[in-house]
Amino acid sequence: MTSQDDIVLSIEHVAVRFGGLLAIADMTFSVREGEIVGLIGPNGAGKTTAFNVFTGFLRATSGTVRYRSTILNGLKPHEISRLGLVRTFQRTSVFQDNTVFGNVMIGLHTRGRSSLWDTLLGTRRERESEQELMNAAQEILQFVGLEHRATTLAANLAYGEQRLLGLALALAAKPSMLLLDEPVSGMNAAETARFVTLVEKIRDAGTTILLVEHDMQMVMKVSDRVVVLNYGRIIAEGPPAQIQNDPEVIRAYLGQRKKRA
Amino acid sequence: MRFIPWLLVAALASVPLWMTDYYYLHVLIVTGIFIIAAMSLNLLLGYTGQLSLGHVAFFGIGAYTSALISLGFKVHIAPDTVVGLSPKPVWFAMLCAVFVTGIVGYGIGKLSFRVRGAYFVIVSLSFVSVVQLIALNWVELTQGAMALNSIPPLTLGFGEYTISFLRKPQFFYLMLSAAVLSYIIIARLVNSRAGRAMIALRENESLATSLGIDVTRYLVLATVVSAAIAGLAGALYTHYIRIVDPNIFLFIYTVTMIIMVVTGGKGTLAGPIVGGVVFGVVPEVLRAMKIAPEMQWIVYGVLMIAIVYFLPQGIVPAVRRAFASHRSVFAGSSTLIEKAEEQ
Amino acid sequence: MRLPVFAPFQFNALERRDLSEFLQHLLNAVILGGTYALLGIGLTLIFGIMRVVNFTHGELYAFGAYCMYALVMRLGVNFYLSLLLAMALGALLGAFIELVLLSRLRRADIDTTMLVMIGAWIIMQNTEQWIWSGVALSVKNPFPANPLVFGPASVSWLRVYVFVVALLLIAGTYLLINRTKLGKAMRATFQDPDTAALMGVRIGRINTATFAIGSSLAAAAGALLGPVFVVQPAMGDLAAAKAFAVVILGGLGSVPGATVGGFILAFAEELGAGYISSGYRDAMGFVLIILILLIRPTGLFARKERIG
Repeated sequence: MTSQDDIVLSIEHVAVRFGGLLAIADMTFSVREGEIVGLIGPNGAGKTTAFNVFTGFLRATSGTVRYRSTILNGLKPHEISRLGLVRTFQRTSVFQDNTVFGNVMIGLHTRGRSSLWDTLLGTRRERESEQELMNAAQEILQFVGLEHRATTLAANLAYGEQRLLGLALALAAKPSMLLLDEPVSGMNAAETARFVTLVEKIRDAGTTILLVEHDMQMVMKVSDRVVVLNYGRIIAEGPPAQIQNDPEVIRAYLGQRKKRA
Repeated sequence: MRFIPWLLVAALASVPLWMTDYYYLHVLIVTGIFIIAAMSLNLLLGYTGQLSLGHVAFFGIGAYTSALISLGFKVHIAPDTVVGLSPKPVWFAMLCAVFVTGIVGYGIGKLSFRVRGAYFVIVSLSFVSVVQLIALNWVELTQGAMALNSIPPLTLGFGEYTISFLRKPQFFYLMLSAAVLSYIIIARLVNSRAGRAMIALRENESLATSLGIDVTRYLVLATVVSAAIAGLAGALYTHYIRIVDPNIFLFIYTVTMIIMVVTGGKGTLAGPIVGGVVFGVVPEVLRAMKIAPEMQWIVYGVLMIAIVYFLPQGIVPAVRRAFASHRSVFAGSSTLIEKAEEQ
Repeated sequence: MRLPVFAPFQFNALERRDLSEFLQHLLNAVILGGTYALLGIGLTLIFGIMRVVNFTHGELYAFGAYCMYALVMRLGVNFYLSLLLAMALGALLGAFIELVLLSRLRRADIDTTMLVMIGAWIIMQNTEQWIWSGVALSVKNPFPANPLVFGPASVSWLRVYVFVVALLLIAGTYLLINRTKLGKAMRATFQDPDTAALMGVRIGRINTATFAIGSSLAAAAGALLGPVFVVQPAMGDLAAAKAFAVVILGGLGSVPGATVGGFILAFAEELGAGYISSGYRDAMGFVLIILILLIRPTGLFARKERIG
């Protein structure tokens, strides 16, 4: 039996309205500790809008978003990130003009422990803190498999590598829960498979994961549970096998081009 | 490579020993003061990516504050209430100037960064104009257009060991020390975690906030440090020229600083220095060619546009790209300049 | 002074003077507001449609004034015709600036464009200074010297002319934007340039036209006010600052906003100068800008504009 203490992210009756447009009608679901949950739905169902609401880039018109016991409504993105809820972006997901290493150093921002005075006076604490950050950056790059590209400019990376860097950035921010926005879009089969392994390793290390994806095979393979969003509402929730056979879900996707395997 | 900046400083330190023509020394001093201001603008414009057109306001506030505290003042803030200060030592006045300008920077930063982009530019412009009009109209405090004059020079020391920074050679060393100090502060800041945060904000604000970087905090920090250093430059200026009037707030000075930063290379540590040298030298060349002042400004405008088109990153990055192909010669160690570029 | 017997129905001397002063300020403000609106509309069109912060706007204003001087005083051209010519020349200059400088920067970020515009501003102002030197010039007008009197307030014929023409031009701009094909294309580009381009709108042409129209309105404002005040090289700076204030008040890109904003600024200036201090008259615009941006950053009328 799952208890309330298990719930990491809880979304209760969230609605989002832009002027006349109702982007999300009434969304309710939750993510438990250590789960990998996949959020799927036809285009325009409101998935990226949902992510923007969870991470403070958009205000919900009504409803509550809770991370553990903290209410997220009204908090700024950087405050939510510091609580441990970190997201990746679908596009413009990296700092183009910095090197791969430089990117991760930026991501490690919240882990620094020196103050402004340390910086200006060049104290030992500053040097030690910088060294710690550089070590951590090295570790993260090794984890995602980008350490051989450390000195490359982010703009010069291959597309798949850029997505990996986006993940590295999010990991650097020390998340206890990750929100992945279409992490494998544009990746080939081999890259996707490697990514799935990474995601599982991250979950095994204790991070809860919620991801949005269009690649059905990938989602069904990696998720413990799948949540289906259509027209701003959750229409189905459950293990992948159950969702794949759910008539409502199939109906929602009818007319949509079948995603490439 | 590491030692090049220090060699440069040593070379500059030797200048007053052989430059006997005080006119050129004067040009170097004024250029140096503007370079300090340009470096501070670079922090805000180049590293944090905010096009503030009001920077000269900090310069001017620093100048007026230092002047007023060293001269003393008396104002009626209500018909029967007088607030006044007796003249204080110049070193104290200069410190106050830096402090006051920093505080103004804090206030302006907190207020202005509620808006971005074009709105922010317009707010920064309006800020300067308001400050200029106050300087012009609050005659009781600032003497308005009649200017504050006979501003005392800086003197340091006790009894017979006093140095007076009145004459040009001594002032040159004062200016050089201030410039080196400012450079070190800015270099340390941009190469640190805080500096990375500012650069991140410039490049991609949403991504930066999603990684836990507090936008307002770092924008305000950049503004405060930037303002304080500009205030220092202003205080130096006022105790060198020893007269200050509302013309110090003219837009043309902000433009000069912007030209220096942009043409030198915004977002690089060497940029404002290179830009400052170019735009310190250009007027002299033009003056030697007996060109009218209006033509000088037309040349500035043309130069600005040309650099934006042909060297959009500025001179320093273009030079660095040219050297990149000869990487082997300079391989290995990285200078302060390169470290900042890497991050 | 002895009050007449039916005292309760008449103001005493002091109140009457206050009232007439107030009416005079009101009248001045209404007249000034028209030209400020003209300036603001031109600038807001350029910003709204092209997303360019036009730092040369003040110089076009000065250009219009100098055209009037050159045409009327040096070449002896008819006063009214000179206004039309000044507007036409302003449009041409605007088109030239757009084609030569801005068209290459369409993809560039806002900072680069601003720097180029600042460079153009420096060049234009110093060229004017170089040609005409800094002496303040005056332009003669064909109106009678005696002012029109409206009860306690009076206004010169020239200013009435300025007001009427400003209103006509504002009305003309409205018609252009709302009733013509060009206007329709401009409005489409304002809403969404990418979609407009997909619909067949030639964005390049619209940009050039917009900049030309905006510049010609600025030149008109200068041509109208030049004879009222004096013509000198720095006149554009203050005009530009006020144009920015008007645009911020009304919201970047909103023509009705700029119209209303123009009058609001004029009233603030007139009443501020009259009752607080004339030295701070010009500060009114800036103070208003700062206040509005802090309280309601999008301006009074703007469509959804991003902030922060």
